[in-house]
Amino acid sequence: MTIAFGNPDRPNSYIGKTVPRPNAPRLVQGRGRFVDDITLPRMAHVAFVRSPYAHARIGGIDAAAAKAVKGVLRVFTGADIAEVCTPWVAVLAHLKGLKSPPQHALATDRATWVGEPVAAVLATTRAAAEEAASLVEVAYEALPVVTDMMSALDETTPVIHPDLGDNLAFRRLHDEGDVEGAFAGAHAVVSARFRTARHTGVTLEPRSILVDWNPAEGQLVAWHATQAPHMMQTVLAKHLALPESRVRVICGDVGGSYGIKVHVYPDEVATAAIAKIMGRPVKFVADRLESFTTDIHARDHIVDARLAVDEAGRILAFDVDDWTAIGPYSVYPRTSAIEGNQVVNLCGGPYDFANYRARTTVVFQNKTPTCQYRAVGHPIAVAITEGLVDMAAAELGMDPVEIRRRNLYADDAYPATSPAKMRFEGLSHHASLDKLVALMDYDALRADQAAARKRGVHRGIGIASFIELTNPSPFMYGIGGARISAQDGCTVRMDPDGSVVALSGVTEQGQGTEAMLAQIVAEGVGVSPSEVRVVTGDTQVTPYGGGTWASRGAGIGGEAALQAARALRDSILEVAAAMLQSEPGRLDIRAGAVVDPDTGEERLSLAELGRIVYFRGDTLPKGLPRELVQTRHFITSEYPFAFTNGVQASYLEVDVETGVVTLLKHWCVEDCGRIVNPQLVDEQIRGGIVQGLGGALYEEIHYDEEGQLLNGSMADYLVPMAAETPDMIVGHVETPTKESLLGAKGAGEAGTAGAPAAVMNAINDALRPLGAQVTEMPFTPERILRALGAIED
Amino acid sequence: MTEIVRDRIDVALTVNGEPVEARVPAGQHLIDFLRLELGLTGAHASCEHGVCGACTIRVDGDAVRGCLMLAAQADGAEVWTVEGLTDTGEIADLQAAFVARNALQCGFCTPGMLVAAQELLARGGAPSRGEIREHLSGNYCRCTGYEAIVDAVEAVAMARAGAAAQEGGGGA
Repeated sequence: MTIAFGNPDRPNSYIGKTVPRPNAPRLVQGRGRFVDDITLPRMAHVAFVRSPYAHARIGGIDAAAAKAVKGVLRVFTGADIAEVCTPWVAVLAHLKGLKSPPQHALATDRATWVGEPVAAVLATTRAAAEEAASLVEVAYEALPVVTDMMSALDETTPVIHPDLGDNLAFRRLHDEGDVEGAFAGAHAVVSARFRTARHTGVTLEPRSILVDWNPAEGQLVAWHATQAPHMMQTVLAKHLALPESRVRVICGDVGGSYGIKVHVYPDEVATAAIAKIMGRPVKFVADRLESFTTDIHARDHIVDARLAVDEAGRILAFDVDDWTAIGPYSVYPRTSAIEGNQVVNLCGGPYDFANYRARTTVVFQNKTPTCQYRAVGHPIAVAITEGLVDMAAAELGMDPVEIRRRNLYADDAYPATSPAKMRFEGLSHHASLDKLVALMDYDALRADQAAARKRGVHRGIGIASFIELTNPSPFMYGIGGARISAQDGCTVRMDPDGSVVALSGVTEQGQGTEAMLAQIVAEGVGVSPSEVRVVTGDTQVTPYGGGTWASRGAGIGGEAALQAARALRDSILEVAAAMLQSEPGRLDIRAGAVVDPDTGEERLSLAELGRIVYFRGDTLPKGLPRELVQTRHFITSEYPFAFTNGVQASYLEVDVETGVVTLLKHWCVEDCGRIVNPQLVDEQIRGGIVQGLGGALYEEIHYDEEGQLLNGSMADYLVPMAAETPDMIVGHVETPTKESLLGAKGAGEAGTAGAPAAVMNAINDALRPLGAQVTEMPFTPERILRALGAIED
Repeated sequence: MTEIVRDRIDVALTVNGEPVEARVPAGQHLIDFLRLELGLTGAHASCEHGVCGACTIRVDGDAVRGCLMLAAQADGAEVWTVEGLTDTGEIADLQAAFVARNALQCGFCTPGMLVAAQELLARGGAPSRGEIREHLSGNYCRCTGYEAIVDAVEAVAMARAGAAAQEGGGGA
């Protein structure tokens, strides 16, 4: 089967076009249905008592005052929940050596970070539950706290989990080629310590779950703001000792995810346990402080790295020593070793070089657990790589574009395998860089920069090439033993009126999944997208799938939808051929009707075909297959991941008196393979860029030495708002993957992957004439003034 | 919870053009009253201290934070939420522009964003992109990166200004 996607005049040409999102009108009218919008009869609300200590032994819990609050139904301790809910251990077999202790939904004997839930109060109103939670008295005995990453493994540092022997969660080393030899013989070596701050996702909709256990039916239903309903079905069933078939997870509208809502959170599992104990619906919606102290954090890395180049600027070797601290537990079930693992897999990713050493060290500490957050590890690896490449260019007196042209994998070099053993099917680094240079009018920008400098205005240009990991196979989680599906399925059926329903295992988090699926199914069957209704996010209804993570929705879910739609088309044409005394190959479906493919003349509408099949099946030949429903599942098999590539540029101005950075403009050219919906892809890129800009300039979770989180509100943890954000020019190169008919790779994380490095390089380009350099994110006015020597204490 | 917060207060107000009378806890925020008591779930509670703008609604003509105002303070007020503004058609062009430009992704910020944008647009004229960004700088959106929102608001401002100029021209 071939579809001439390149021909815009082909019939049913919806793939590749901007088609409106079917769910957008509902959301602009305030008709969304988020978890907190749902109210069920007899619904109760749970509020959690959380540890104010980073590390403490839990003594007695006195709930007498809490129970006296009007409306309180019951108070639960860790021991109460442990009676119905088993603990979990977040390790994966393929991450060799990764260790983590058993974690309970509510802490039983020890609290290990500020915010860990230690008790729960159930009440008829949220206000009563919150008031009572504040009255629960827990006797804590403070224990020694581990907060510093770099000394976590020192012999004098207390071990958080004595059973594990030390504070090392995971370590991995890549060592390829002759790194020491390459550095010894290098023309120039540059090095730096890079730091990326602790971030969190700040989803506008806090984590939310509503669970109803119906003992009469023996079924647990969870309305959950999640990215992975089937994974949650498995998790809830396993730890609440229910058959998987008796757990239904429904994921309606979700108010922002970005990786935050793909993990298992102890308070959410506790909510399900409480619903099971009480036999009535229980709702938990995190408040903003709870979001900051218990949503996963990410990106807390310190990296010493160096780069060796020859006289011509050719990269000889990278040497990377990455450290990250993940809190007291590896997060279930994806684990908290993935981010460090990604960093060492991705450094140097765009470049053709031979010698590579990269080690990640992942340690425990008493802060909020970290785990996968949009563009997992990429912003760190790209900052290290691109920061060093720019430093080498400056050392050699070479233009930053030129040094990249000398080192990027040639566009005809594929398939290729990187020194970190990442396999690339087909990338377009040079075509993307050429397009970027043209889009930004690089020479004119350099002239503007020089003119500004003469006026005493310090502007900088930063470039960042990157690769992005998308369309994951079971090599990401499945081979490690996690029941996290890399395959995804889609069922497509035609109803009697000729309209089409598509049920998919991938989910809608606002990125436009349902629009993407509608236009793929529309093209695959031969109907208008408005004739396709898409259903996602219900484990009882959709085919089994992985959901939304690692930029897999279009590449995996979209391909399953295309194959199912094409199969339905074949089924329809077989029936139509019998009705019209023709051959399926001599008929086509266009705009909801069976037509003559040569003339386009309508032979039979799908509504008429539906009428005959469903109500007058007696008129069809006996034995004619008439199932107007098809299901297909898709999984990648040739490559562990479909890598994409791209390049970003930032143009900005640094006020050297105040240290304030003003973003003037931002560009991104990326290659996500086949573009299903240009507008949706562009907006994924833009939103991702701004999330990266936040990390570069504003976002940083602060703790004190006692492990107290210091900025747990949106007034204190700064995120990009409209006034600070630049306009962004987005361009594309399309190198479809050959693994699928559709050819789509992922686009959801490219913006976040490259933006921080582009900003860092632009700031350093502006500061270089002043002899200053910054490598510690976020680049706050204070850090810039320190680099300039304006602040010295 | 102190006794004063536990007290209940009678309020009479209009919400989306309809009269509402209720007895509310003194400590209940207006956003919770709208969502929990009236079932108006369009506006959302998110940061709960006036920073993110998800709860933005219109009270007596101004865009206000539903999480910073008590229900008891709304006695006698005229309150509009996205549901009412949808029913009257007042922001139909803005909503259409948001859909056409994909100026929303998850949609959680959108009801508040629309109320804030309409406050700016109602002043008339054609605000610059900088003015639009400044006006919306109290409404957090993690999904879009804001550019599409600015585009949509700018397009509506220009369309409305054009329509107003035409009406003015026709009358001359």
